Amino acid sequence: MEWDTGATAWMLVSASLVLLMTPGLAFFYGGMVRAKSVLNMMMMSFGAMGIIGVVYVLWGWSMSYGSDIGGIIGNPFDQFGLSGTIFDESGAAVSSTLGNYPQVVDVAFQVTFAIITTALISGAIADRVKYGSWLVFTGIWVTLAYFPLAHMVWGGGFLSGSEDGLAAKIFGVTDGAATVAPIDFAGGTVVHINAGVAGLVLVLLIGARKGFGKEPMRPHNLPFVMLGAALLWFGWFGFNAGSAFGANETAGLAWVNTTSAAAAAILGWLLTEKIRDGHATSLGAASGVVAGLVAITPAAGALSPVGAIVLGAVAGALCALAVGLKYRFGYDDSLDVVGVHLVGGLVGTIGIGFLATEGGLFYGDGGKLLVIQVVVALAAVIFSGVVTLVIGLAIKATLGWRITEDQEVGGIDLAVHGESAYETLGGGRVIKEVRS
Amino acid sequence: MKLVTGIIQPHRLDDVKSALEAAGVRGMTVSEASGYGRQKGHTEVYRGAEYTVDLVPKVRIEVLVEDDDAPVVTGVIVHAAQTGKIGDGKVWTVPVDDVARVRTGEHGATAL
Repeated sequence: MEWDTGATAWMLVSASLVLLMTPGLAFFYGGMVRAKSVLNMMMMSFGAMGIIGVVYVLWGWSMSYGSDIGGIIGNPFDQFGLSGTIFDESGAAVSSTLGNYPQVVDVAFQVTFAIITTALISGAIADRVKYGSWLVFTGIWVTLAYFPLAHMVWGGGFLSGSEDGLAAKIFGVTDGAATVAPIDFAGGTVVHINAGVAGLVLVLLIGARKGFGKEPMRPHNLPFVMLGAALLWFGWFGFNAGSAFGANETAGLAWVNTTSAAAAAILGWLLTEKIRDGHATSLGAASGVVAGLVAITPAAGALSPVGAIVLGAVAGALCALAVGLKYRFGYDDSLDVVGVHLVGGLVGTIGIGFLATEGGLFYGDGGKLLVIQVVVALAAVIFSGVVTLVIGLAIKATLGWRITEDQEVGGIDLAVHGESAYETLGGGRVIKEVRS
Repeated sequence: MKLVTGIIQPHRLDDVKSALEAAGVRGMTVSEASGYGRQKGHTEVYRGAEYTVDLVPKVRIEVLVEDDDAPVVTGVIVHAAQTGKIGDGKVWTVPVDDVARVRTGEHGATAL
């Protein structure tokens, strides 16, 4: 078969860009915690890469895009270990269903999404959970929350525009698909609402860091945070423009929308901060970038660039206000996974109902798309909340979540990893050079 | 012999150093310090959470001198470090029993 080599190359580049987002996230989160827990924070991201990189190949792809079971999940045994995914029985390469490139490239692209989505959750529960419990959680959560939601939204399941889906039940079917199909271009529901809700549920289950609200928990390295935000922005071009599944005008539009939304969100966040706190901060700029990127994710292919600016500005301002909610309600969402990803994800997913150039309320196309977007967002919230709660409770009852209070005060890096990030005047000598 | 210790604003260090050199002081020890006096700290805001930072960055400058030179060196530091604002710092003098130069093993005033 003659592949579209432009599309193939772009999708491989996009997959690589999205993979880079997770180390970027490790820096973004790592800079925000205290010096005594930066390694653990970064290791939560790297651990997610380890677990999900394996799980996705074994059953993740199959559960997301394998043969459908009840509109909820794909059959994990259908393409277990990618059997039949790359080559068919005759030995010929299987084509993607989304473009004229090999399906194995889709596997590469999608595994990176599963990794970053799960890693996002770690920011909510910084500094205080057992590493083993986190690793077990990532494997179970990606299996029971991420893969099914990816299947429901992108794999032709219950929350897609398929004729058996939720949207088809609301406004009917035209030509074998929902008349008004929900739009989630690159993962507003699957990635950001999903991770944001999971973060909220875990925080409520696990509890606050010792000293939360009393002791200062200042970011220990803001240049790390800004480096991380820059890497995330760069990687997001793969995330959004790659979600065009081709090297074409949709990819170009998504690229431009991604940048204009992130840019406007910087301004929205900084303006809000300046008015409220008196200063435009570097942490605010880095946070604004991410808030804008989150909001544009589901909308990147559906908005005009001007619409993307509006969406980004709104997301930047709203997320800047939303990060204060945790102090009002007393939950320690340490690095604002709820305030940035859940709120930003909702802004983007619901904002599509207003701003989509085809079907949006502001474009005179009525409120049907808005209704569908709200319903799909709520369905994702409920699904993710219930599944995460069950997994979280199961881990609480078995492995347990928290390290001891002494370990937390002394620093999780030393307690859990036996390392410290920065050299101090500790002295000491070599005991044994190599342990074998 | 005396040890003159000055806690000064970090941005005054270059001027203080030059003034001491001009006054004939041949050596000093400079280190980063943090603390507060009447200035107290400042506040920082991270994602809307406001923190007070009590300990402010300062520079500590230490000079070993003969007894008679202590008031002069103190005067030089005060003059060069002064901005007139709260937070300028302090300079104090304490007696020193003995000084040894590591390279030669000399003791007392010859080791200064």
